[in-house]
Amino acid sequence: MIRTLLRKEFREQWRTWKMIVFLAVFLITGIISPLLAKYTPVLLRSIPNLPEGLAGIIPNPTVADSVAQYLKNISQFGILLVILLTMGVVAQEKERGTAAMLLTKPVSRSALILVKWLAGMTTVLAGLAVAGLACLAYTLVLFEPLPFGSFWGMNLLIFIYLGVYLSVTLLASTLARSQVMAAAGGFGGLILLLILGSIPRLGDYMPGHLVAWGNSLTLNGNLSAWPALGVAVGIIAVTLIIACLSFEREEI
Amino acid sequence: MIRIENLVKTYGPVHALDGLSLSVEAGAVYGFLGPNGAGKTTSMRILSGLARPDSGRAWILDKEIGIPGTDIRSLIGVLPEEPTFYSWMTAREYLRDFIAPLYKIHGQKAAGRADELLEIVTLKDAANRRIGGFSRGMRQRLGLAQALVHQPPVLLLDEPVSALDPAGRKEVLDLIETLRGQTTILLSTHILADVERVCDMVGIIAKGRLIVQDRREDLLARYVTPLFEIESDNGFGHWLEWVGKQPFVTNVTVSNHTARVLVTDVEKAQKPLLESLASESLRVRRFEKVHPSLEDVFLRLTGKEAQP
Repeated sequence: MIRTLLRKEFREQWRTWKMIVFLAVFLITGIISPLLAKYTPVLLRSIPNLPEGLAGIIPNPTVADSVAQYLKNISQFGILLVILLTMGVVAQEKERGTAAMLLTKPVSRSALILVKWLAGMTTVLAGLAVAGLACLAYTLVLFEPLPFGSFWGMNLLIFIYLGVYLSVTLLASTLARSQVMAAAGGFGGLILLLILGSIPRLGDYMPGHLVAWGNSLTLNGNLSAWPALGVAVGIIAVTLIIACLSFEREEI
Repeated sequence: MIRIENLVKTYGPVHALDGLSLSVEAGAVYGFLGPNGAGKTTSMRILSGLARPDSGRAWILDKEIGIPGTDIRSLIGVLPEEPTFYSWMTAREYLRDFIAPLYKIHGQKAAGRADELLEIVTLKDAANRRIGGFSRGMRQRLGLAQALVHQPPVLLLDEPVSALDPAGRKEVLDLIETLRGQTTILLSTHILADVERVCDMVGIIAKGRLIVQDRREDLLARYVTPLFEIESDNGFGHWLEWVGKQPFVTNVTVSNHTARVLVTDVEKAQKPLLESLASESLRVRRFEKVHPSLEDVFLRLTGKEAQP
């Protein structure tokens, strides 16, 4: 049953262009981040009539800029894409009636939720793999080789970070009756986590801190954010459990 | 085979089911009749496991529905009133790669079963077309096919022919006929002609309650009311007022130049009716004593207009 449902999810992502768009945007992000880091200072210096002295204070780009660009872009575009990818996965099935058709078959409701989560997380993982490889290659060409192990460690942290938003949006999609309500729930979760993450001290425990940890990890810094990792995994687990319990009890 | 006891279901102030009880024998084709809003779809949803009753119990093949650890869904095939599908899938993919494996039918067996069903529901030519482009009738045929994939012992069909043209309706009803005896079928509909054609048993519900349940012939016999059908070329004029006031007449309906007059006693009514028609100078084309249809019984019991 799980295999059948998972296969349907991947086929759906492929046939409805979601997976292609998702992977393409991640690939472009992986390519463009080192390019932006490298050529933004060059472009700034080439502006005609630049005030004297300003060109001198524009720093020379380094590999740290490439990593920072990658982290910034992949986390921003990633969150947006993850919410768009996930908002309809359950709500749309309820809205269109396909959930009612499916649930008259011997299908576990919790398994259906877990399959949708697993399919989404797999696509995010594939997106990060594509983006990471592109970033590694372009950074190597434009700057210097990135530390391979810690770079992928950083991507793993981003994966968990994006997993938080995917799980929150999946919960919203399960609770909502329509895609619009699910999207509102996903973006509401995003805003709430951003607000909580901006509160001093509390922010160190929020999933957003994983991005800073990832940056430090790649550039041999000494920052770590284990509590934030624990909170992120906790949010993923709790939202999944609530989504499963709620869907089990819901009348379709 | 299917047993329902005192099902109650409310949606806010609306009593969708108000103590519904009925039973369907093994192998029977049970016509579940009722006007719109009577509770047919709610009953189907409870039997399919999509909704829970507020109180009451239901069994399919002696397995109680809604009891933890009991899953009746592999025993039933369900066709909702408006079946919906993934628009990006083809009909063959839907049956072969999605529905069949959910019932543990894989590989060649799944492919064979999908092709067999597509042939039966006359969708073979559209097998590789995306379902998104299907008409409502085609979706209803595919809905019937997906309900039959695992050859279930019980079929729950909610308005299975409502979107079909006359030829499609005949094909589906013929298919239901072939399943008689081997599959227990609960067929919800408001098309009475279809019930008369294929159902052995009839249950009529209104306002969430079962009004009557019986074998089709027994039901007609029990509620048989003598009836005259009179066809006139020039209408009925004042005669309708006169006939409505007669003590031996219980009901008069008129449609398309035909009056249907229900009487208490055929012998007593025949002579005065004929005499009155002659005296009104009506151009009577037909005067006939007829047997009541299920529609007459339905209208009498529910007090509602049924759709043709």
